[in-house]
Amino acid sequence: MTTARTVLTIAALTLREASRRRVLLALAVLTLLLLALSAWGFSRLAAESGGSALTSGEARLTASILLNLVMFGFSLIAALGTAFLAGPTLAGETESGIALAVLARPIRRSAFLLGKWLGLVTFGSGFVVLAGLAQCLVVRATADYWPPDPATALALLAAQTAALLTLAVLLSTAISPMASGVVAVGLFGTTWVAGVVGGVGESLGNDSVARVGAVSRMLLPTDGLWQGAMHAFQDPSVFATFGGSDVAAFPFLSEAPLTATYLAWAAVWVAMVWGLAAASFVRKDL
Amino acid sequence: MSVAQTPTAVGDDAARRAAAHLVAGLPPAPAVWCSGLRKRYGRQVAVEDVSLEVGRGEILGLLGPNGAGKTSVIKMLLSLVQPDAGEVLLLGRPATDPAARAAVGYLPELFRYQPWLSAAEVLALHVRLSGIDVTAQEQRDCLDLVGLADRAKDRVGGFSKGMQQRLGLAVALVARPELVVLDEPTSALDPLGRADVRDIVLALKAQGVAVLLNSHLIGEVERVCDRVVILDRGRVAASGTLAELLGLRELRLHLTDVSPEAQARLEATGKAEREGDWVTVALPADDVGTAVPDLVADLVSLGARVHAVEPGRITLEERLLGILREGAEARAEGGQ
Repeated sequence: MTTARTVLTIAALTLREASRRRVLLALAVLTLLLLALSAWGFSRLAAESGGSALTSGEARLTASILLNLVMFGFSLIAALGTAFLAGPTLAGETESGIALAVLARPIRRSAFLLGKWLGLVTFGSGFVVLAGLAQCLVVRATADYWPPDPATALALLAAQTAALLTLAVLLSTAISPMASGVVAVGLFGTTWVAGVVGGVGESLGNDSVARVGAVSRMLLPTDGLWQGAMHAFQDPSVFATFGGSDVAAFPFLSEAPLTATYLAWAAVWVAMVWGLAAASFVRKDL
Repeated sequence: MSVAQTPTAVGDDAARRAAAHLVAGLPPAPAVWCSGLRKRYGRQVAVEDVSLEVGRGEILGLLGPNGAGKTSVIKMLLSLVQPDAGEVLLLGRPATDPAARAAVGYLPELFRYQPWLSAAEVLALHVRLSGIDVTAQEQRDCLDLVGLADRAKDRVGGFSKGMQQRLGLAVALVARPELVVLDEPTSALDPLGRADVRDIVLALKAQGVAVLLNSHLIGEVERVCDRVVILDRGRVAASGTLAELLGLRELRLHLTDVSPEAQARLEATGKAEREGDWVTVALPADDVGTAVPDLVADLVSLGARVHAVEPGRITLEERLLGILREGAEARAEGGQ
């Protein structure tokens, strides 16, 4: 059995599990609900600005903020979904004994783990990209707003999901399925809050508070990637409307695009955490 | 090769051919060979210096009380648990190489299969992971063999425990194994299912497939196994063929007026246990048929009155219990 064949077999199995266990159905229902709600909200916004209650700049700013808010909802669904999927599929299988028969086959454990990871990443990223794209189309139809760089934005959302998922995989090799989901989502929320706190620090010119966000973005790159995604979703004119450093203080607007260095760090971070997960899983007694 | 070969390359090639020829002439490596296996969980010693071998086409029974380390040994053989020390070869290859398990089938003690897949899909998954080409018909035959042919398309999540264990057996057999490891294969089966498993194990032996069978059911082991390894507290307490382990016959005698000399004569024959007027004596394994008449004649000449002489045969169960009790007594003495 070649390693590539094992990886693809396990990845396909993981995707099949997600669809058979009705995770796909649950996500589809949630997504449709969120899309419908946002379509209603955006059409109200368009009606208000049409009645010239809002200037075109204000309308674009509001659309940007709302779009980012809904996208945050999607990334939260993806985070919760994948984190709670990673636990049962990996830690749950080793706990229940399903992994015993599979890992007694002539396959490497690292190939098995890579297959699980690949399946989960495909699932999670696929969800945010499709749901995000549907949301962009809804906004275009209802409020006539199209983000400046949707491809980058969706890719960064996918990357954010992949980063969180890698962490969930590492946790599920070490702790129980339930705990791994809770800890992964908890850390995701914590870095997001730390990012908001850091933004407030920046707008106040307080370096030590601003550092909270910077440090948390290095430790877990989900919030950093999210900031980059927001920047690509929002209209560039928001700075003119909002005015300078105040943007940083607002949780659903982002001040600057991501640097190549940060993206490289995020990639290294994912590789490192995956490596740790593999090292832990290969030594694990089943 | 299009490039002209240098004389050294030709020499190397000839040497390689000679080596290949030599290796081909050797008997095949044992299905399982392990030496000095050791495993601790925290301060608890699970397995201590276990060495065993399963020959090709041989059925080895692994016996022992709960917590003796049988499942730990099996998991170490399959690299599911990392041994602290020791070496394992499966079908002649080091077990650290996943390819060593290519022709190994395994039914775990904790048998669970993906509940969202159908029985046929579980088999197809294992065939794919094993990297061996097994036709759909062979996979169906395998399900048929374990009695699940009409449930092939049903989700495993709806299976009873017994059906899941049958599926586990099919998974262990599907990829044309040369070694099958069965860990408590009948724990969830009814008497009919147990008989099926026995037939399957004997059929595997007839095909030259080696089987490592861990079972609590001594009768099951006694019926099918060629050799038995008895584990107690993580160590090999005894091992041998059934003839070696059970070859010990015993004799029950009803005696009165046993003089010290007669008692000494009894003990000279073998281990003697007294229960009132009845004495049970183990007969030597190398007895050629003279031990019983010689003993009776000597006892009579030493003044003992012989009321009854009954031949007996030690069952594997009695032997197992005897070995475990001896171990416990030895430990108790050691402790004092």
